[in-house]
Amino acid sequence: MAQGGDQIETLGQEVRVTFKLDERRLRHRHAAETRFRFYGLLGIALAVLALGVLLVTIVAKGHTAFFQSRVVVDVFFDPALIDPEASGDPKILAKGNYGAIAKRSLSALFPEVSGRRDKRALTRLLSDGAARELRGMVITNPGLIGSSQTRSLLVSDDVDMLRKGHISRDIPETQRALSDKQLAWLDALAEEGRLKSSFALGFFTSGDSREPELAGIGSATMGSLWTILTCLLLSVPLGVMTAVYLEEFAARNRWTDLIEVNINNLAAVPSIVFGLLGLAVFLNVFGMPRSAPLVGGMVLALMTLPTVIIASRAALMSVPPSTRDAALSVGASPMQVVLHHVLPLAMPGIMTGTIIGMARALGETAPLLMIGMVAFIVDVPDGPLDPATALPVQIYIWADSPERGFVEKTSAAIMVLLAFLILMNTSAVLIRQRFEKRW
Amino acid sequence: MSLTILLFVLLGLSALAFYLGRQRAVMAVGGELRRLHSLPSYHGAYVAIWCSVPALLTIVVWAVLESHVADFLVVGDLPESYTGMPADAKGLLLNDIHNLANGLNTGGNIKPAVQAAADNLVRYRAIATAALTIVALAVAFLGLLYARRRITSAFHARDAVERALSILLIISSTVAIFTTIGIVLSLLFESIRFFAKVPIYDFLFGLQWSPQTAIRADQVGATGSFGAIPLFVGTLLVTVIAMLVAAPIGLMSAIYLSEYASPRLRAITKPVLEVLAGVPTVVYGFFAAITVTPMLREVGAGIGLDVASESALAAGLVMGIMIIPFVSSLSDDVINAVPQTMRDGSLALGATPSETIKRVVLPAALPGVVAAILLAISRAIGETMIVVMAAGLAANMTANPLQAVTTVTVQIVTLLVGDQEFDSAKTLAAFALGLVLLLVTLALNVVALRVVRRYREIYE
Repeated sequence: MAQGGDQIETLGQEVRVTFKLDERRLRHRHAAETRFRFYGLLGIALAVLALGVLLVTIVAKGHTAFFQSRVVVDVFFDPALIDPEASGDPKILAKGNYGAIAKRSLSALFPEVSGRRDKRALTRLLSDGAARELRGMVITNPGLIGSSQTRSLLVSDDVDMLRKGHISRDIPETQRALSDKQLAWLDALAEEGRLKSSFALGFFTSGDSREPELAGIGSATMGSLWTILTCLLLSVPLGVMTAVYLEEFAARNRWTDLIEVNINNLAAVPSIVFGLLGLAVFLNVFGMPRSAPLVGGMVLALMTLPTVIIASRAALMSVPPSTRDAALSVGASPMQVVLHHVLPLAMPGIMTGTIIGMARALGETAPLLMIGMVAFIVDVPDGPLDPATALPVQIYIWADSPERGFVEKTSAAIMVLLAFLILMNTSAVLIRQRFEKRW
Repeated sequence: MSLTILLFVLLGLSALAFYLGRQRAVMAVGGELRRLHSLPSYHGAYVAIWCSVPALLTIVVWAVLESHVADFLVVGDLPESYTGMPADAKGLLLNDIHNLANGLNTGGNIKPAVQAAADNLVRYRAIATAALTIVALAVAFLGLLYARRRITSAFHARDAVERALSILLIISSTVAIFTTIGIVLSLLFESIRFFAKVPIYDFLFGLQWSPQTAIRADQVGATGSFGAIPLFVGTLLVTVIAMLVAAPIGLMSAIYLSEYASPRLRAITKPVLEVLAGVPTVVYGFFAAITVTPMLREVGAGIGLDVASESALAAGLVMGIMIIPFVSSLSDDVINAVPQTMRDGSLALGATPSETIKRVVLPAALPGVVAAILLAISRAIGETMIVVMAAGLAANMTANPLQAVTTVTVQIVTLLVGDQEFDSAKTLAAFALGLVLLLVTLALNVVALRVVRRYREIYE
């Protein structure tokens, strides 16, 4: 018995010994565990941080673009400069010398400024757009001619940048965009409360311009709209019909395998290659117009086609076979089964996939560069054949511009683009949550 | 009549055709619909199809042929002195004529013969449009009448309409094939023309990239050099940097999300990663150029390194951020596909969760993870806007991430944006680069697919 007890004790000691070793290893292993978890969290944190920094910098740089500096002046709509013969003819009104009117109204505030150079420096505080604004006022209301009105006029980009703190007063005058004199005049204006900020409506309505204070996303937004519309009208019918054919009608054979391999390969082709296709085939072989949203939409439609097809097929596949069997059993033809039952049930899924595809097309830039949609477009395009640019391309063009004012414009355009994308993706999520059935 | 109006008229006519066909079917059985083989609306659709489809085909064929015929006629009308011109000059002349006819100012003095040709072109176009209107409407009417006559009570309108629909379905499913054929043919065709000017060996293995083409034949440096190795090296460098960022971050976040994260964290983080994937690449490009590059320069100056104003590092870092969600969502799927029983078995033997992941889950998911990374690499290689805006144009052959490099996609954009003569080696080079890009990305995808198929463990 004693022997036996001894053994147990030795055994117990042994166990204790090994246990001691294990505790150290266990600490190691648990530390490794904690480290591993930390790396995982770090990965997520870095990804979220990157997104945060991206969004914050864009908003920080861009939010100021939605407000523009203006100067309040008393404008005398001098008949001699607009319509000397009082004809009232809109053509003559449109040709009036509004630049001079704008300059005079600003000069009137500083009667002490004399000399050509100083006067030029003073009036250069105004934007070229000020004259355009005055012309717009007169054309909509010819009764203004001959009267004196208090109006706010657009100031130049440099003044705007100064007020937003992007031009420092501390750097030497020779390197500064605004001279000491100009700064003094601006301070005088500010003291009188004549400088103010107002909502930059022009940013949303006007086209591109060489002057940052006049440049807007109006034409680019319309160009994007026409492009996406074309893309939608082409890719959705084609994509849904392909999906219906492959999912509902086609027998599994080499032909359908070929189609499927093609679709999967197209999904992997870099977008710029679609641009090359558009350039070589649509522009050079078919002779379609350069810079047209129609061609852009066609290229993007080919690019988004795989997305739409894959999403539509998934949606069709999720409709239970019992629905088909029931419809067939009461005498519907296969086409009627699809058109009357399967497609309507798959519609939410198809729409979700389509919206996500369109959102991607809306943000796409590279293929549009290939087909010449990178152009200086001032006029808002009226149709899919007018030369146009798109919102992301406009961002690319502005990002390349050296003027300080364009940084703010670029960021603001990005904010608008992101807003559109968020809107589209949110609606896709909502449609999915609200209408998608789970069987 | 403009094409838009014509299409609208055709649409209206088809609606009328639908109505007429439907009415005729109802009349054929005296209102007793039971006696019809197909529902009246199928008869309507049948007539509408006969009214619209042949007319639309006419318009399409016409539109394709019209410009060629018009050009042919215009060239035929040119005076004798122009007929013997070389093909290039003829193309330029035709271009001028087109611009004139479209009301664009070509600048310079316009020769009377060219002006006359442009006037001719305008006239031919007017005639063609008028003729098209008449022909298309005639075809539509004939189709309508023919189809309407065929309607009887026993007519199988539904079968006919469904046949037409299934033909439409088949045609639309071939678009994917035609797109592929179009991509391959256009790239191949232009590349072959390029390789006729620049030997393929020089292109693939040349070390000097300076794509200039001479305006005059006797210019210095007239040939330009099209050695693409610097571009490949630049692309590789940017891609490697991007993957060094994206692979660990993406993989670790996928592991954490699928193995550790609480449902709440998952619900918050997944959409954030999706947002990261949804940000347009041009935005990343701007971010790289305006925020990351100056930051790197400052950091570089702080530790005594000279960072170029356009560096491979900035482009690679930002591209890596862009690809994180790509890696993480693909890996997430693969990791989730590993059966829970395997984890349970490992944990029951006393392994810690991280040991289970490293020794059991990841090896089981490895083919999928490798495929995800290969797909991410192919995405990085084909990415354009970030590198266009942040990596630069200098074709440096360097492995130094602080210098500017250029990539295949950047060069495609640079060579093709702006007004170019389409036949020059410079523009054709872009297509050769495009071909290389397509082949490499496709190869990566095929390999990724193979890896998954070949090494995937199948769990029951």
